[in-house]
Amino acid sequence: MNSIILRTATRFMLPLLILFSIVVLLRGHNQPGGGFVGGLLATSAFALYAMAFGVPAMQRILRVPLTTYIAVGLGIALASGMPGLIEGEPFLYGMWTSFDLAGFGTLKVGTPFLFDIGVYITVLGVCLLMLLTLAEES
Amino acid sequence: MIVGTLAAIFALAMLAPSLHRVLGRATGYVLALGPLVGFIYYLTQMTATASGETTSVAWTWAESLGVEFSFRVDSLSTLFALLVTGVGTAIVLYANSYLDGHPKRGRFFGYLMGFMGSMLGLVLADDLILLFIFWELTSITSYLLIGFDHEREKARKSALQALVVTGLGGLSMLAGMILLGQIAGTFSVSGIIENHHTLTESPLTLAAMILVLGGAFTKSAQFPFHFWLPNAMEAPSPVSAYLHSSTMVKAGVYLVARLNPAFMDAPAWQWALSCFGGATMLIGAYLATRQTYFKKVLAYTTVSSLGIMVMLIGLGAPQAAAAYILAHALFKGALFLVAGIVDHEAGVKDTEQMGGLFGKMPVTAMVAIISGLSMAGMVPLLGFVAKELLLKGSLHAHGGPHEIAWLWPTISTIAGAFMGVAGLQAGLRPFFMARTAEGKYPKTPHEAPPPMLLGPVVLTGLTLVGGLFPALFANQLINGTAASIAGGHDVELVKLSAIYLTTHPSTALLLSGVALVGAAALFALRRPWRAITAPLDRVTTAIGCERIYHLLFGGTVGPVSLATVQTKVLQSGYLRVYVQITVLTALALAGGLLLWQGDLTDSVSQAIPQFGDIPWTELLFEAVLVGMICVAAVASTQMRGRLSTIAVLGVVGYCSAIIFVLFGAPDVAMTQFAVETLTVIIFVLVVYHLPRFAVYSTRMGKLLDASVGAAFGLMMAAFVVSSFAISADDGISWFYNHHAMPNAPGEHAAYGRNLINVILVDFRALDTMGEIAVLGLAAVGVYTLLKLRQERPRTGEVA
Repeated sequence: MNSIILRTATRFMLPLLILFSIVVLLRGHNQPGGGFVGGLLATSAFALYAMAFGVPAMQRILRVPLTTYIAVGLGIALASGMPGLIEGEPFLYGMWTSFDLAGFGTLKVGTPFLFDIGVYITVLGVCLLMLLTLAEES
Repeated sequence: MIVGTLAAIFALAMLAPSLHRVLGRATGYVLALGPLVGFIYYLTQMTATASGETTSVAWTWAESLGVEFSFRVDSLSTLFALLVTGVGTAIVLYANSYLDGHPKRGRFFGYLMGFMGSMLGLVLADDLILLFIFWELTSITSYLLIGFDHEREKARKSALQALVVTGLGGLSMLAGMILLGQIAGTFSVSGIIENHHTLTESPLTLAAMILVLGGAFTKSAQFPFHFWLPNAMEAPSPVSAYLHSSTMVKAGVYLVARLNPAFMDAPAWQWALSCFGGATMLIGAYLATRQTYFKKVLAYTTVSSLGIMVMLIGLGAPQAAAAYILAHALFKGALFLVAGIVDHEAGVKDTEQMGGLFGKMPVTAMVAIISGLSMAGMVPLLGFVAKELLLKGSLHAHGGPHEIAWLWPTISTIAGAFMGVAGLQAGLRPFFMARTAEGKYPKTPHEAPPPMLLGPVVLTGLTLVGGLFPALFANQLINGTAASIAGGHDVELVKLSAIYLTTHPSTALLLSGVALVGAAALFALRRPWRAITAPLDRVTTAIGCERIYHLLFGGTVGPVSLATVQTKVLQSGYLRVYVQITVLTALALAGGLLLWQGDLTDSVSQAIPQFGDIPWTELLFEAVLVGMICVAAVASTQMRGRLSTIAVLGVVGYCSAIIFVLFGAPDVAMTQFAVETLTVIIFVLVVYHLPRFAVYSTRMGKLLDASVGAAFGLMMAAFVVSSFAISADDGISWFYNHHAMPNAPGEHAAYGRNLINVILVDFRALDTMGEIAVLGLAAVGVYTLLKLRQERPRTGEVA
């Protein structure tokens, strides 16, 4: 679509939407949100970009092929199950550790969080790949 | 060591193609080492197992399901393991020469070794589920082997037929095994046999028995599933020799023998085995007399022999069954290899067109004669001993129906005569008698190379030794196996020497003589015999078991079959039909259950009063939303353009999302919003370029769609209402609430306050893992499908 308003708006909206999707991803463990919704939001952001600037432009800002996103996402999710195995617990057993950030409180990181990131990236890759294929088809 | 041999053979299977690339012609010699080592190992175990000792190893595997990774070696397993590895060694060496220069030889060896490992695992496994896995592996590898010449349609069809028949049987067997495990409380085979009294008490045993027999009978080609085996002869000869005589088809016999101690007291078991086995014996042997193709003669006699083994187990003659298993493997393995050699070196497949080959290939001829006569049950070969035991067993049947005890010796004698004809057809016809076809052979007949002869010669040697000194086999293998089959019951052992049996007159010997005379007479009159029985042949082709198979699954006979009809109905290619079928199925299954079991009026009367507790402001919100949803839904059916339809449907989705918000499910609402947005975007991308609807539904179509939709909607509403009757305060929500956050310092928990997310990424993370993997696959699928279609040249535009 060749619309100046859409293009200008999109240029500002894209970073905001991505940031928002990441916030949704991060807060997901305690408040509404999570990897799946975050991934969908990010997908909408890129879809908006694709509508405004065309599919090739979207592929340029994504840098690597979408199949790689899917593979990396699944890989991260898989990897998040490994620490449990290494510790002799079941696969995907939740393990947590906390870092002390001087002055900013403590940061708690766990394998479920890593898993959620994997879901986020996979969902982003999957939805965009389908979208892109359909867009190229028509 | 048990697992070591197994792992080594599987490793060789995987390495075979690469080995073939490196070693070329020498591959077979290297690969043969695997089964050879296994063979030597089981030889060393033979004496111990014959005296009743067993070796077992077990690892915990799927503990919560009670499934173990366990193996157990007793005399029965040893007999089969020796056949698998021993015949396997010969087959690998033989195939190395038989497929010399074949472009896909490496792949063939991969399949063959894979099959060998599966078969070995099958006979050693001591866990029903493990046994089932190996069982299915043999089906799959044999599918690959039968269809090895996949460029020929006949080979593909036969491979598929074998897979469909044995695969369906395998599924039935799995159900039976699960039932058995439930009844006995363990999946361990030895455990079930030990606790077989639990089986006699349970009412489910009969069902379990029938289901397990479904697997055993399809695999070992018992009537009425016998038709797949002769068709499987499309496989290369070494495969026929290995799979269809010595190993795979005996898996069913093995299973029956293995489970015999558990079921043997049940009359139904004895009836089923003796009747189906007897029918198979007779039908297979009769059909064998009608064949002239070398491999077909052998295939039908194999069917018959499998029937004999099953019948003997059912009649309570384990020694005879064990002897027959061994004798059959030796003579039939050798004969199949001879069939391959004759085809390979002379280029003829039909025995009636062979003749006078004795001078050209004396070693092969000697092998064929001895093995053929063994099949015919001639003195002093192992086949004679086995046949004597068969006749003795059928004369003194311990198990099975006593009312028709006269039947067993009668049909055994008739089948013996038919088998004799087949033995002469395969053993003598190609080598002595004159050739009926004029002219030269397609290839100049000459003796096969030594590696190809090694297997048949050794097998035939054992047939000869077994007939003359059967005590060697009896003490080490047969009697121990018989004891395994009888499961600790005393086995009546008969002295096995051919000389002893011939010099001690008995009724069995008399029947044996009758059978031999009958065989000689029938062989002399084989052409008139085939002419007389030809009409019968046409009848069985028209209404036989294979015909039923084709009617069900489609194939070579007619274009119309159940499979094609249901494919046409279910896979019409119209999306609306798919949706209709899915919705109607859900309606029938779930709605039917609801009407049958649910008490709707009760649920409604429970649900209605709850409306009174809701303040009217909230009800107003909900009423407005529901009104919008209804209006949008109705509007969507009236829209004329695609985009407007989608936009209106979007309204339905967003309003539903707001309802989620109102009812305290922000997570679901958020996801719903995102999905709705994306759906609209995707539709816009796809639909934007499409024209307006060109064809509208007819009035009848609309009426049908409306009624299906209304029925489904009503059902869903009924479900929601009836869900009020279910108390949500059960253990699972307590568990999630309790474990989401730690209750005490240091306690392990999920550290999340958003329960939905915690369930998704922690409690049930494996499910989510599966879901995203499926998503990924779906995306790749969409990508591939659409890309492939784009890249296909558009021929229509040119024209």
